[in-house]
Amino acid sequence: MVGELAVWGIFLLPLASFVIIAVVIRPFLNRFSLLSGLLLIGALAVALWLSIDTLASVVRGHEMDFGSRTWLQAGGATIEIGLLVDPLTAIMLVVVTSVSLLVQIYSLGYMNGDPGFSRYYAYMALFTASMLGVVLASNVIQLYAFWELVGVSSYLLIGFWHERPAAAAAAKKAFIVTRIGDVGFLIAILYLFFQADKFAAQGLNAFHIPDIWQAAQPVALGGLGILAGTGLTWFSLGIFAGAAGKSGQFPLHTWLPDAMEGPTPVSALIHAATMVAAGVFLVARFYPVFQVSAQAMTVVALIGAFTALMAATMGLVMNDIKRVMAYSTISQLGYMMAALGMGLYGAAIFHLFTHAAFKALLFLGAGSVNHTTGTFNMRYMGGLRRQMPYTYWLVVIGGLSLVGIVPLAGFWSKDEILLGAWNGNVLLEPWVGRAVVAGLLAGVALTGFYTLRMIFMTFHGEYRGGIGQEMEDAGQPAVPAHAGQTGNAPRPDSGDTHLHESPWVMVAPMLALGIGAVLAGFLANPQWFDLAGIPKHWITEFLIHGMESNLLVGVLHFGTLDFNPWMALASTAIALAGVGVAYLLYGIRSLPGRDPLERAGPVHRLLTQKYYLDALYEGVAVRRIFYRAFAGSVDWLERNLVDGAVDLLGWVFRNFGPLVLSRLQTGQVQTYGAVVALGGLAIFLGFLLR
Amino acid sequence: MLSGFPGLLTATVFLPAAGALAILLLVRGDRNIRVFAVLVAVADLALSLLVFIGFDRAAAVAVGGERFQLIDQFPWIPGDTLKATYFLGVDGLSAPLVALTGLLGLCAVFVSWHINVRVREYFVWLLLLQSAVMGVFASLDLLLFFLFWELELVPMYMLIAIWGTGRKEYSAMKFLIFTILGSAFMLVGIVAVFLTPGVGTFDMTLLSTSGTMLAGAGVLLPMGVLFWLFLIAFAIKLPTWPLHTWLPDAHTDAPTAASVMLAGVLLKMGGYGILRINVGMFPDQTKEFAWALVALGVVSVLYGAVVTLRQTDLKRLIAYSSVSHMGLVMLGVGSVGISQGELTSAGLNGAALQLFTHGTITGLLFVAVGLVYEKAHTRFIPDLGGLAGRMPVVAVAFLIAGLASLGLPGLSGFVAELLVFLGAFQAYPIATGLAVLGIILAAGYILWMIERSFFGAPRDRFVDITDASLVEAIPLAVLVISIVGVGVYPSVLTDVFEIGLDPMVAMFNEGG
Repeated sequence: MVGELAVWGIFLLPLASFVIIAVVIRPFLNRFSLLSGLLLIGALAVALWLSIDTLASVVRGHEMDFGSRTWLQAGGATIEIGLLVDPLTAIMLVVVTSVSLLVQIYSLGYMNGDPGFSRYYAYMALFTASMLGVVLASNVIQLYAFWELVGVSSYLLIGFWHERPAAAAAAKKAFIVTRIGDVGFLIAILYLFFQADKFAAQGLNAFHIPDIWQAAQPVALGGLGILAGTGLTWFSLGIFAGAAGKSGQFPLHTWLPDAMEGPTPVSALIHAATMVAAGVFLVARFYPVFQVSAQAMTVVALIGAFTALMAATMGLVMNDIKRVMAYSTISQLGYMMAALGMGLYGAAIFHLFTHAAFKALLFLGAGSVNHTTGTFNMRYMGGLRRQMPYTYWLVVIGGLSLVGIVPLAGFWSKDEILLGAWNGNVLLEPWVGRAVVAGLLAGVALTGFYTLRMIFMTFHGEYRGGIGQEMEDAGQPAVPAHAGQTGNAPRPDSGDTHLHESPWVMVAPMLALGIGAVLAGFLANPQWFDLAGIPKHWITEFLIHGMESNLLVGVLHFGTLDFNPWMALASTAIALAGVGVAYLLYGIRSLPGRDPLERAGPVHRLLTQKYYLDALYEGVAVRRIFYRAFAGSVDWLERNLVDGAVDLLGWVFRNFGPLVLSRLQTGQVQTYGAVVALGGLAIFLGFLLR
Repeated sequence: MLSGFPGLLTATVFLPAAGALAILLLVRGDRNIRVFAVLVAVADLALSLLVFIGFDRAAAVAVGGERFQLIDQFPWIPGDTLKATYFLGVDGLSAPLVALTGLLGLCAVFVSWHINVRVREYFVWLLLLQSAVMGVFASLDLLLFFLFWELELVPMYMLIAIWGTGRKEYSAMKFLIFTILGSAFMLVGIVAVFLTPGVGTFDMTLLSTSGTMLAGAGVLLPMGVLFWLFLIAFAIKLPTWPLHTWLPDAHTDAPTAASVMLAGVLLKMGGYGILRINVGMFPDQTKEFAWALVALGVVSVLYGAVVTLRQTDLKRLIAYSSVSHMGLVMLGVGSVGISQGELTSAGLNGAALQLFTHGTITGLLFVAVGLVYEKAHTRFIPDLGGLAGRMPVVAVAFLIAGLASLGLPGLSGFVAELLVFLGAFQAYPIATGLAVLGIILAAGYILWMIERSFFGAPRDRFVDITDASLVEAIPLAVLVISIVGVGVYPSVLTDVFEIGLDPMVAMFNEGG
């Protein structure tokens, strides 16, 4: 049994680290900046231990309702804060603390020598605390608050190297695009308060998440039905808008590839394993509400499947290793969303769990490669498997896990999603399930292709010169302008001949994630029998059971799915097809001067231009239509009409005033008296006639 | 507790004025004047905090309790004709605003450290300004309220016209004419209220506690007209679209301290007036015209934000963002329009809290911009860039203020916005939904401004720029602490505001 303080501790430890680094270490002890890293690592180690303890406690079925405390009581709104510890929370706690811990250890090596070392760990601590705050929140406003703090820590970390204009712009873009989604989230919260009287009549608090679950249970099944019908659908879609922003779902996905401007460990933690998964978490958190509305579920399923496919197509052609990963992440988040939309609550979170391991691993691998080559452009890599055997084999494991090759982790979770979607959902129209399956299966082939293309281009063939060659091709001096500033640029004397494996402080965390990428799937969710004390279908059973116990009425879900060898065979065959094409194009010989995909001509261009969505959003919609045309017109009105009227009035009085008014000032008392008398008469008449 | 402490409020209000007098007559030497001004401001902050702490919440909510406390009252213009009294006192609504004035008054003195033109005069006006604004918040007599309201104009005019930059005379005059225009409306309103048969008093406690007093009295002018006479005066001060155009000019050309006071407390007089007089004395009319308040509020929020996006001068940008943020005050007040069953005061509380939080946030933004201007000698955004590396302390403070301004949870702006939205959505969901779009625009103009001025490659011409000195960092630190403090634990203010607003809400619910 875990006490309340221990659970709060999971959140408070990184928060305290943030405060100590920001207020003490950074301003006064910056010479000992290593302290900040060690402090956060220590705090997270304890937090991880507490998280595992919490998970164990939840597994044993302990009651974890600690009650709530009032944070703010104003004008009929009572906003409480509290802990919501259920299986979903417990699993997320372990994911966040463990990945964060490994990434912080890795960062000791990766960020070594960066002048912003302490600042980096301060932001990382703030992020981890905020993310844990999201996971633990029992109140929707509490959740929203940490949700925004996650957004701002992401902003700070993407823009960590703020001297780089691209990083500063990407940070801003990430915040604003996710905030567009957050408007939906906020309006959903406002809608809850709109219904607060109905909640209160049942003794519920409109902001308390378990109370919202209760309120959404349909009357037909014996529930309260406070949230129902169109209102419930719009509420769900509002929540989903927020989730889509954070999880990079179409059409709000454009910020995530740009976010790769941040330091690579940041991408591993935030833009792969945790923050972007927060959107999936949010939909899962409100799953009892979503599953009442077939329309909302349809939207979630279709957007998820579409995103899964679309992002994968863009991943095919990217040359920047991190951008390949970024599109891959968007795509995989699409799988999770699609799963939630199809009602596969357990499978979605299972995939979130395995994805956190293998995707964090892949990003750390990209960082490791960058650490020695100084570039992220795969056209200037190649042949690195000889110098970096650990990185190579770990990336291969992570990559195959992503592709879904048996028996790696990704295989089991992806298969469960595919199978569930194939089986369909009685609530939804049959075509929805079919469309989702088609999209996801096509995505599997693309995943196989882009993953292996990435591995071949990076590790196979001949080395193509790294950052030095890239700078030379770009017509710049061979030593990067900001060398040393980033901590990962090569020393002038290293470069081509001194390629080396990354230090152990970086390899060891990757090794740990590699173990996860191999085992997390099968061990967490054994398919056929109880394994080493782990019951069959453990994680999905655990999650679904946890949700059921929170509801008065039965949840409309499918339980767990038995392993289906046909689906496994089909998906593996499709994945291998993608792998095979990648081998033919990139594996047999070293990368030629021209990317073989360029032969696709306009299609290739469409994909490298990201379907022109960035150009449409930023160039046309924001810059031209909104900023220049609309805001420009309003600004013109402001200057000429609203403010102009004032100046005009002043001008009129100044120039015509003398003509009229000064003639009235005759100085003759009789005239004044007459005017006053007439005025008095007028007022008197006014009273008489009233 | 301290409610029986006569003279505390008077001392709080008049200490800066007394300090101004002393500077005028006694203190010699620029440095001594500065130090003396700081001492006065520190002492006044201590007194104003004492007022805030001394406000006895238990006594205020008790049945038949003292809603107004720390009262100082004696006859001012005796006789039956006017019956104006010197009448100071605070309730839950005004006590936090008095504290806010003390806080920003201190910051204003600190940011004036480098003023070296006509130093004596400058600090005299600055301190006088503080007294006048405190007087507005503490007055419980309409005539006295008006007196303080007008008194504030003179120092602000002087500060802008003498120590300002750019078209300072034009901006100062514009500020003066706009406000006096509003005052004219208010004066007619005050006189009409007094002359309304059956009233014959300036006592704001009587006029607002018994909401029926005015409604039940005979009619001189229709109540709706009275309501608008006051509203126009306050809407100019707030300012509300389309009466806002004095603000960007005044802000842009004012010296830093005047901008801080202007954004921090002068605008709040408008919001305070709406809550105290329009809502407090004319509840029925507030309800009747709530739709208009909401419309003005939403237009101000969105229009202000869109125009903000186009600005290229840091101060002008922040000034327009104030128009947008003050629109939320209107929106919050308008939330009383329609109620399902019992009216809740979330919107009103949000509006009151927004007054306080916007005061500290925008105050901090102006302090930081003042430092940028002082060191970089420009506020033109395209000329700035890469300052974060050169002046990290200023950059961090600016970032915190900016994030607070765009409503980041954990900082004070979020709570006020949230309460306004919660309250207003109950009454006008669609209009509120539109106003919520303002949070995207706010993120846009704030982050874009930060990107352009602080991020990017360091510029060669800013190589010699130094970070904030200790004296300069003090106001930054004070305001950051208050922003974070209120953001994390907003109850420290909302509980007090709630006490002040509850009697008003009760009137709405009684009146049906």
